[in-house]
Amino acid sequence: MAPSAESSQRHTSTAPAPPTPPRHRAASPRRGLSLRQRTALWGVAFIIIPLAFFLLVRIYPALVAFDVSLRDWNIMKFNKPYIGLKNYQRLAADDGFWNAARNTVLYSAIIVPASLALGLLAASLIQLANRARGAYRMVYFLPYITPTVAVSWVWRWLFFKNGGVLNQILISLGLTPQPFLQGLDQALLCVASVVVWQGLGYYIVIFLAGLEMVPHEYKEAATIDGASGWQVFRHVTLPLLNPTILFLAVLGTIRSLQIFTEIMNMTSGGSGAGDLGGPLGSTMSLVVYIYQTAFYQFKFGYASAMTVVLFVVILAITLVQMKLLNKPVEY
Amino acid sequence: MNDSRPVSNRSSQIWAHAILIMGIATVVFPFLWMLATAFKRGAEIYSISLIPKRPTLANFRYLLERTMYGRWYLNSLIIATVVTLSELFFDSMAGYALAKLRFPGRNLVFVLILSTMMIPTEMLIIPWYLMFTRTGWIDTHWGVMLPGLISAFGVFLMRQFMQGMPDDLLSAGRIDGLNEFGVWWHVALPNVRPALAALAILVFLGNWNAYLWPVIAIESAKMRTLPVGMSLFSGEAGSEWQLIMAAATLAVIPIMIIYSVFQRQIVEGVALTGMKG
Repeated sequence: MAPSAESSQRHTSTAPAPPTPPRHRAASPRRGLSLRQRTALWGVAFIIIPLAFFLLVRIYPALVAFDVSLRDWNIMKFNKPYIGLKNYQRLAADDGFWNAARNTVLYSAIIVPASLALGLLAASLIQLANRARGAYRMVYFLPYITPTVAVSWVWRWLFFKNGGVLNQILISLGLTPQPFLQGLDQALLCVASVVVWQGLGYYIVIFLAGLEMVPHEYKEAATIDGASGWQVFRHVTLPLLNPTILFLAVLGTIRSLQIFTEIMNMTSGGSGAGDLGGPLGSTMSLVVYIYQTAFYQFKFGYASAMTVVLFVVILAITLVQMKLLNKPVEY
Repeated sequence: MNDSRPVSNRSSQIWAHAILIMGIATVVFPFLWMLATAFKRGAEIYSISLIPKRPTLANFRYLLERTMYGRWYLNSLIIATVVTLSELFFDSMAGYALAKLRFPGRNLVFVLILSTMMIPTEMLIIPWYLMFTRTGWIDTHWGVMLPGLISAFGVFLMRQFMQGMPDDLLSAGRIDGLNEFGVWWHVALPNVRPALAALAILVFLGNWNAYLWPVIAIESAKMRTLPVGMSLFSGEAGSEWQLIMAAATLAVIPIMIIYSVFQRQIVEGVALTGMKG
């Protein structure tokens, strides 16, 4: 035991501050500290670095965000005076903000229902097909773990207006080529469908887990009572999946409110500033707008106010979800 | 799984397979097109063919010789590895303390850590940027890594698994003469190995793919991570799609390798934890 205890000691001294082992304390011999006190000391030693980390890297910066949001904080100017709620008031009259907010709601309204419907459909089919379950799950999940930047550029190439494969297929079928990502009224839909394409595997995996929880006896009983396959699904399976659907809906909504990487890589002009949100800002999301305001226009105060708004919205959704999920499922 | 399911008959099973296979085509085609383009040269990229007439490695050679792609690879590898090791160490240590060691203020600390999960990263990037500018950590590996070195989610996950461990097991370790650090290292950690593996995979993938914070924290070309490097390179490459697809291929390959080896652990880990970095 001796060598391992020694190596443990060496580890403690390099990482967390070790509590002084009781036996080294001249004043209080080993018997002086009760087992409970020693455990408490170890507990403090184990938690002190993580606790300091969360205070300094999460909580303090969150407070800074509130503080900055109350100032006229432009990185180009030396003075950063407090201006009260002016940044928040400015939001009301900012067309760019409302455009981004509207687009973001639109993203959620497309992505979440489409992912839920397709995810549930695919998961049900996988269960129905009964064979090759693992293979289907593996393939459908693949895009989810692929780097979003790579996915975005691959789809940008597929969607490419002049010579992209989708337009070539359309042309060879005798149809009109589409502008896709360069179309004012198509770009957002294209980005949203790529998000659905990439995220679907996650929905499928969670739905499969949910479907497995539905007791087989229930379905059997309904079938014996004369219910058709669809009726069993509609009146037995679906109600029992309510918690899964709610979980995915909330998670999907929160994620699509934060959509950023896809837009930056699919619809930005590339190197130039100011054209981040696609044609005429038609794909601009809230987070892309925040990024542009902060890191292209250097209005940190104003951008922070927007992040606070985003925080409040996400918090509200989370709280509603906690309230709903704590309730037992009702049929 | 029950094999004799009354709700499914043979013809509906065949239909299900047919639809699912069409779905697979939609999933796989973009990857195939990426590969095909990456091995094509010049104007051939505009021909509708999955097989290049004369496959070439020139695009990959260009990336490795004329850009800093290799360096970006290394940066991503270093960052993802260090963050993963750090999270495994500190998340499990905090999780163990919160699950198994009684100390004053324990519940308060737990609630505090848990509550940080509600703060979206978007709200923290401006403060991080301001703080790290002052400390000189912008454009360093350390600056990219620091915000991820410990995660509330990981602590929470570890605490859950540590709680499920019988106390007798830990007591046995203590009786054997281990101090609390030894009990954690030699008794507790081996017992939660599956959870550690799941966490490691998730953290590694999340950091390998991360974009929002790295794109802000990195300024010079040589410090870029793979996603940031690829994004900026592709933006400047114009219509040189064969180069962009070669870059995408190189970014995807390590993921494919990891996925083909740890497929089950990855899928189940994500399902278990519901997280993406």
